[in-house]
Amino acid sequence: MNTRTIERAMPWAVTIGLFVIWELSCIFFELPVFILPAPSDIWVEAVKFAPELAYHSAQTLYTTLVGFALAVAVGVALGAAIGSSRMVYRGLYPVLIGFNSIPKVALVPILVIWFGIGTVPAVLTAFVISFFPIAVNVATGLATIERDMTDVLRSLGATRRDILIKVGLPCTMPYLFASLKVAITLAFVGSVIAETVASNKGIGYLMLSASANYNVPLVFAGLLVLAVLGVLMYAATAVLEMRTSAWAFRDSHLVQ
Amino acid sequence: MDAQITLDQVGMVFDTGKEKIRALEPMDLSIKEGNFLAVVGPSGCGKSTLMRLLTGLTHPSEGTITIDGKNISGPTQDVGMAFQNASLMPWRTALDNVLVSFEVSPQHRRAYAKDPAPFVETAMALLTEVGLAQFADRFPWELSGGMQQRVNVCRSIVHAPRLAMLDEPFGALDAFTREALWAIMQRLWVERGFTAVLITHDLREAVYLADKVIVMSARPGRIVHAQTIDLPRPRTLEMTYSDAFQTHVHTLREQIQTEHDAT
Repeated sequence: MNTRTIERAMPWAVTIGLFVIWELSCIFFELPVFILPAPSDIWVEAVKFAPELAYHSAQTLYTTLVGFALAVAVGVALGAAIGSSRMVYRGLYPVLIGFNSIPKVALVPILVIWFGIGTVPAVLTAFVISFFPIAVNVATGLATIERDMTDVLRSLGATRRDILIKVGLPCTMPYLFASLKVAITLAFVGSVIAETVASNKGIGYLMLSASANYNVPLVFAGLLVLAVLGVLMYAATAVLEMRTSAWAFRDSHLVQ
Repeated sequence: MDAQITLDQVGMVFDTGKEKIRALEPMDLSIKEGNFLAVVGPSGCGKSTLMRLLTGLTHPSEGTITIDGKNISGPTQDVGMAFQNASLMPWRTALDNVLVSFEVSPQHRRAYAKDPAPFVETAMALLTEVGLAQFADRFPWELSGGMQQRVNVCRSIVHAPRLAMLDEPFGALDAFTREALWAIMQRLWVERGFTAVLITHDLREAVYLADKVIVMSARPGRIVHAQTIDLPRPRTLEMTYSDAFQTHVHTLREQIQTEHDAT
């Protein structure tokens, strides 16, 4: 087996290894199922409740993706405004930081008052929790443009729009995608928080009602489904990133 | 021939809010069409400020700059610029980096958008001339520093500008690469007949390439010496060891030393 094959197998080996240690610890320490269920217990429960898990995770995925899409649109627009105008930066930045410091779980009751329980608060919570890193990174990306590069273009007769499209956007791409990877996982957190507090659908709701029934293995099944969804979404943005801004990773040892 | 570029009592003061820093004393300067002017001087003497003024990227705080008899009030068109830092776009190949000049230049952009083929041909011909034909589809990080600078120079002159502004484009290169690029630069200038302004620390480079060398003082910058270089063209590396060449370099060196000691 060469190094490359081992490298490819690493994520699987570590994941499976963790589950094996988990399972063995549960057996060895004779932990009761309602404290820490073994992976095998979780699996049995997950198969039993497969239709419910599928239904509720589809709901969570839906609210997360809608919230995330909103966050991308608003985050990019805000970031572009902050990054290209000093005035906007001065005015908005403190407000944004203040807003970002508010624990988002505190917003959910307000959203419920405004929109009732269900899908809308979950979408909005996913949105408010994930737009901030996008806005900050887009602004940072725009701030890193070399003056020489814009000077060269301006002296050629380029318009502001030319410079934004030909230099600004490509320069910002690596920053944008770095933030998308953070934002997509945050969006999941937002959705689940809202579902836990106020919803009748979604993985968060499923986990809450499972724990109310002392079905701890099902709670863990919900957690694992969330983790899997998070990894899948992260991988999707990572693939998109490699397609659109491979040039930024030329020296990195983390990609081949 | 009349002067293409005229500076009339042009000076520059930067206002940092706390204090006013004078970068350039009011100066007069004229550059004839098709001439090669080199500007040398100690670090921080306002050479780069002068260049930004000439291209209209910065407005002078006093005096006027005219190009072809017209006052310049914004970024000038029909100019090519090359900096010490090659500042190529890492997401574009060498060829695409050169082609950007056509994409944004007001004279060419419409024709380029309609049919890029002849422009690609022009760019390829220029890359071939500087020995980069096989590297046209490589990305900047796949090129050596000297190759990147050649692409940079190609980008600045591919659209046949009437004025090329070169801000130490060979400054960061090793001596051998630098000398090879002097020859390429001279050949392109002789063939195409654009006006060139070169800013440099390297006196041999200035004498090798320029028709006229001006020496600037330490900040605040002013012109303390102008020297016409009447060596025949094309100049060769061999000539740089001749007495006439060395005399020019020595004279410039003394002028700069005087300036250096004065501070």
